[in-house]
Amino acid sequence: MLCIGLEGTAHTLGIGVIDSNGKIYANVRSEYVPKSGGIHPREAAQHHTNVFASTLRETLKNSNLSKRDIGLIAFSRGPGLGPCLRVTATAARTIALLLDIPLVGVNHCIAHIELGRQISGFKDPLAVYVSGGNTIVSAYEADKYRIFGETLDIALGNMLDTFAREANISHPGGPKIEKIAKNSSRRFIWLPYSVKGMDLSFSGLLTAAVNRLKENESLEDLCFSLQEISFAMLTEVTERALAHTEKSEVLLTGGVAANKRLQDMIRIVSNEHDANFFAVSPDLAGDNGVMIAWTGLVQFLQGDVLSITNSQVLPKWSLGAAEFTRT
Amino acid sequence: MCLLLLKKGAEAYLHKEIWYSKHIIRKQRIKKDYRVSELDWTLRVDRTVREANLLRNAKIAGVPTPTVYEIDKRETTLVMEFIEGQRIKEILDELNAEARETLSRQIGTLIGRLHKNNMIHGDLTTSNMILTETGKIYLIDFGLGYNSASIEDKAVDLHLMKRALESTHYRVTEEVFSKILVGYQEEVGSSPMKEIYDRMESIRKRGRYLRVSQKGELTHVISGNQQYR
Repeated sequence: MLCIGLEGTAHTLGIGVIDSNGKIYANVRSEYVPKSGGIHPREAAQHHTNVFASTLRETLKNSNLSKRDIGLIAFSRGPGLGPCLRVTATAARTIALLLDIPLVGVNHCIAHIELGRQISGFKDPLAVYVSGGNTIVSAYEADKYRIFGETLDIALGNMLDTFAREANISHPGGPKIEKIAKNSSRRFIWLPYSVKGMDLSFSGLLTAAVNRLKENESLEDLCFSLQEISFAMLTEVTERALAHTEKSEVLLTGGVAANKRLQDMIRIVSNEHDANFFAVSPDLAGDNGVMIAWTGLVQFLQGDVLSITNSQVLPKWSLGAAEFTRT
Repeated sequence: MCLLLLKKGAEAYLHKEIWYSKHIIRKQRIKKDYRVSELDWTLRVDRTVREANLLRNAKIAGVPTPTVYEIDKRETTLVMEFIEGQRIKEILDELNAEARETLSRQIGTLIGRLHKNNMIHGDLTTSNMILTETGKIYLIDFGLGYNSASIEDKAVDLHLMKRALESTHYRVTEEVFSKILVGYQEEVGSSPMKEIYDRMESIRKRGRYLRVSQKGELTHVISGNQQYR
């Protein structure tokens, strides 16, 4: 069975097609890049609307499929920005009605982890999901992904992107910071390190880093220190969750998973606790439609289908609240 | 000398030893290869010293904690009293409802006592609480603790307690936490309690902690002005 998945929780409109064996037929993404500042929800939604038809056409073309081959449609139901979610949901409902195929609503965070699990072959990993919108350390137990640690304020990716903007570093901020940090003299600048229990706080770190920037501190050393501190915080929480849950696998996913320094750190603690480590590749770790399609398929095979009338979006549908039966 | 590696925790090795004919725990914070050495060293020294101070001050405030016998900054090591007992983590789910209620209230009292004295534990989990045979609860592991009088910090501390219950004792979370709050209020008084509790609720509402069911119903009580579409 073939499933088409629509992802549209934030800046990326992603459409992907996958079959029940996990074979990926297409993965097309179109990203909204704000002219200035951060994501403007309405503009992002407008972007998704503008590019939807062409993205869908490209998906079908890349996959060498006709729309008649598609047996199921899944969409990102939440959590995310309301306007973006509604565009994607409206498109999904329309396609479901046009093609007369079942509709499935997918939790965006679960989709990241589940696709990562499928690709890595991991059965029961500790999942470290870190992106522009989420920073979550989680493991599955009794019908849910339980959250062990997460950010108390902004997401790690958001922190890096915001710092990049303040430093006039062009989009995409995170990867540019990684590059600039490599040119650092590795002079460590102290910035607030904030781990609260199993949770993290990045807003104070961001403010302090921006202040140092305004004091004309070296950008290279700041990028280096910002990465070192924020990644060490996440790694510390990951290690503690690992010691607590005694999982034997660690899965790193989400947009920030592409960062090599972060991968190194999480790999080191995984090794120390005799756990296998896997970082999802950037094209499938960032927001994409394939993950929605795959998770939708898993849900559908368990009889989870949405009626059009009950398919309203859930902008605040947190990972810890979403029930999901893993197969 | 009897030397036994009791636990290889995430940040420290715990050795159980006989030290001047006392049963002690030697807690050594270990070097972490994933972080740069400046960060690593400072975090370990800071936490070692802070933990020793908080253990002592908590005890003075009437919260049972292990007595600290020795601080070795160079080795980032604490030598402290060994507490014989069971971790609350291991027993909480198994207790009968009545015993669980009593225990939860006691826990609330101890947290309240810390907060009343402007101490934040920083890592309130049931792994960090030991019940002795005499029924005394000891709080351990103050490595992430600090001194603060702020409502926000106390509210986060309580919030983390609830989060720990949700991930480890999800079957009894509500029951246990409500009793913790009862004991907590008795200790801090109803007016500070209200302030801290309200702040805790607002922390939960900072976008990430809302509980929405798949049917779109809010299962977590939120105030009227919260937008939901």
